[in-house]
Amino acid sequence: MSITSRVKKVLTGNHATAYAVMQARVDVIPAYPITPQTTIVEKLDEFIENGLLDASMIRVESEHSAMAAAIGASAAGARTYTATSSHGLLYMYENLWWAANARLPIVATFVTRAIGPPWNIWSDHQDIFTLRDTGWILFMAKNAQEAYDLTIQAFKIAENPNIRLPVGVGYDGFYTSHTSEPVEMLSQDEVDSFLPDKRAIKPLLDPEHPYTIGNLPDASFNFLIRKNMWSSMESSLDYIRKVGYEYYLLTGRNYGDLVDKYRTDDAETIFVSIGAMANEGIVAVDKLRARGVKVGHMALRLLRPFPTAEVLDVLDGADRVIVFSRALSMGKGGVLFTELADLAYRYHLDIDVYDVVVGLSGVEVVDNDFIKIFRDVSEGVFDNKETIFLLGGKYV
Amino acid sequence: MSKPKLVSIIGEQEYYYPGHAACQGCGASIGLRHLLKAIGPNSILAVPAGCTSIIAGRANLSTFGIPFIHTAFASASAVASGIVEALDRLGKKDVNVVVWAGDGGTYDIGFASLSGAAERGHNILYVLDDNEAYMNTGIQRSGATPRGAWTTTTIKGKKEGKKDIIDIMLAHNIPYLATASVAYPLDFHRKVKKALSIKGFKFIHLMAPCPPGWRFDMNLTVEVARKAVLSGVWILMEIENGRLKLNPPSNTMLEKRRLPVEEYIKMQGRFRYLKGELLEEFKRDVEMNWERVKKILAEQSR
Amino acid sequence: MSKVLYPISKPGPGAVGKTSTWRWQKPVIDLNKCTKCGLCWLYCPEPAFDIDAEGYPVVKYDWCKGCGICYEECPVDAIEMVSEE
Repeated sequence: MSITSRVKKVLTGNHATAYAVMQARVDVIPAYPITPQTTIVEKLDEFIENGLLDASMIRVESEHSAMAAAIGASAAGARTYTATSSHGLLYMYENLWWAANARLPIVATFVTRAIGPPWNIWSDHQDIFTLRDTGWILFMAKNAQEAYDLTIQAFKIAENPNIRLPVGVGYDGFYTSHTSEPVEMLSQDEVDSFLPDKRAIKPLLDPEHPYTIGNLPDASFNFLIRKNMWSSMESSLDYIRKVGYEYYLLTGRNYGDLVDKYRTDDAETIFVSIGAMANEGIVAVDKLRARGVKVGHMALRLLRPFPTAEVLDVLDGADRVIVFSRALSMGKGGVLFTELADLAYRYHLDIDVYDVVVGLSGVEVVDNDFIKIFRDVSEGVFDNKETIFLLGGKYV
Repeated sequence: MSKPKLVSIIGEQEYYYPGHAACQGCGASIGLRHLLKAIGPNSILAVPAGCTSIIAGRANLSTFGIPFIHTAFASASAVASGIVEALDRLGKKDVNVVVWAGDGGTYDIGFASLSGAAERGHNILYVLDDNEAYMNTGIQRSGATPRGAWTTTTIKGKKEGKKDIIDIMLAHNIPYLATASVAYPLDFHRKVKKALSIKGFKFIHLMAPCPPGWRFDMNLTVEVARKAVLSGVWILMEIENGRLKLNPPSNTMLEKRRLPVEEYIKMQGRFRYLKGELLEEFKRDVEMNWERVKKILAEQSR
Repeated sequence: MSKVLYPISKPGPGAVGKTSTWRWQKPVIDLNKCTKCGLCWLYCPEPAFDIDAEGYPVVKYDWCKGCGICYEECPVDAIEMVSEE
């Protein structure tokens, strides 16, 4: 049934996403199954079969082809969506770059999952961080509501004619993808008026305008194409804020601030994390605050473009940042840590940035992990030159 | 009215512009030119990595007068599938979606996406531009390289035979398959037109000799392609809804009225190691192809 | 006006410049021998032939790469390859 008025339903993150994609009235969905993403496209298939969504599902033979078919569909001017995880993301990797460089406004969901071997279907963030440099705009939701909200916003951002970059919405496999929680959905009318006309997507493949996409340029033209992507990324920040505030006015849920702040205003120590573990960080903040400790939590909901101004604003006044990474750059440190650490240098911040790696391969991250690290850092057990590995409450 | 009859058959309008980057005497270039003449401007072309990636020229000019998308090497058929579905959604139902892919992009790296698109029955015309090796990267062997052929990765001649792509595609139960040759452009033109008139996945296997890769003089491209047909190494045929038909001149060659295979191979430096037992095997490959055709024709006439 | 720089190209001749510079020999047609069959035009890979109002082939020397396929394919030997070296 089409959603005629605003409604709250108990949904998994994957089904919340599927509803958002349905309400965005996508045209083409090339899809290939992989755990824990699969239930998104199964649900979409069901919507199509039941006549709730008028779209073409292309049941491709691989993820490489899923993104390739998305490239073809988007280049021809259709509103296009796909989803994947882990090895599927890596298998489509080449075409993820292709989509970004060709400036195709594809929207995709990346349900995060560890990379093997050994085979492991549980969540960590190694997969989505491989997209860091591709030119995809990347969100990371911490729950099903954010997955729904960000998916709706993603189409609007991607299709802006001055942005034209693919947008990915990530969230944690199982923690978010398969856990049910109440999700408020907009009415179809509200989504229709929030999103742009999908027929305004400029087709690059059009017999009326016989362009060739991707001819060999000379090196300097290629450099300028990459520089232009950078400029679009930079300037997209303003538009992502605008879309986020517009969504805030509509729903009361604030996305315009770009970062998800929790009790950071007077915080001396700020936890930074992304995705599902942010919920644990928030609980930890409440527990520590109850003991009179001035801590706060910041979830980096937008990974690319990096919301530097917002992050600096949150860090202002704090003297310690503890960054929790669920992805590891081998031989360097926690991936999220490296995202934060350069700010301290570039902006001459008088702040200590700590590097904590947790939750790899789906190992559970709980509020007590945040509290333990806070205590040990405060007691000088570590300094900020180390990469700290915490597994099940123990250092390894 | 004094234009040559040929011009009136295939039209004077060109959608393939000169000043492109194909080598002198390029067989693929003859094929591309005639493919574009046959499909016309209301078409979209998806092309994986290969010689055509270069032939298309330097941005921001293009050799191609119709919409064209370069794709990742393995991806042309999947990109085309996406285009087909998008056009359908956008209500642009009369646009031809065409893949032009080399043998590497077909037999090898592009095979999964080709098989997937064919199995899904997407309304695509797939033209395999077969020059029997990875020419654009400097002549490395592919699954299409024939037995005995020298390449830079089979420097004493390839020991294995050529993969039978027509049989493989036939097993996908697609409505139209054909072989073609750049020596017979009118036949190719007709087959492209025919394929476009049929809904579903269509496959045309075009033999396109490559002077630098096959080691022959650049003026001989058409002659080499012709010798391939006249010696029976290359059989011109089409298979519509599973029914095979030989086309001229191959249709006259069932009773072995063929030039000796040597007439074809001696023109090409790449076959310099094709001697002795390897040559006999090569000849057996040719005979086997003909036996298979005969068997199919006999079954059909029963 | 979009600020996006797309990696797209527009069609036209000379996508790698005037290919006449690739050539060291050129086809010259003897119109007295030419039968206007059109095979030179048919097989040209560039294409670097026009057909004039009377049906005779005309070489577009800006684009001809001098491969000699037309010379090879002409059934009445009306085309000669003339060295330009």
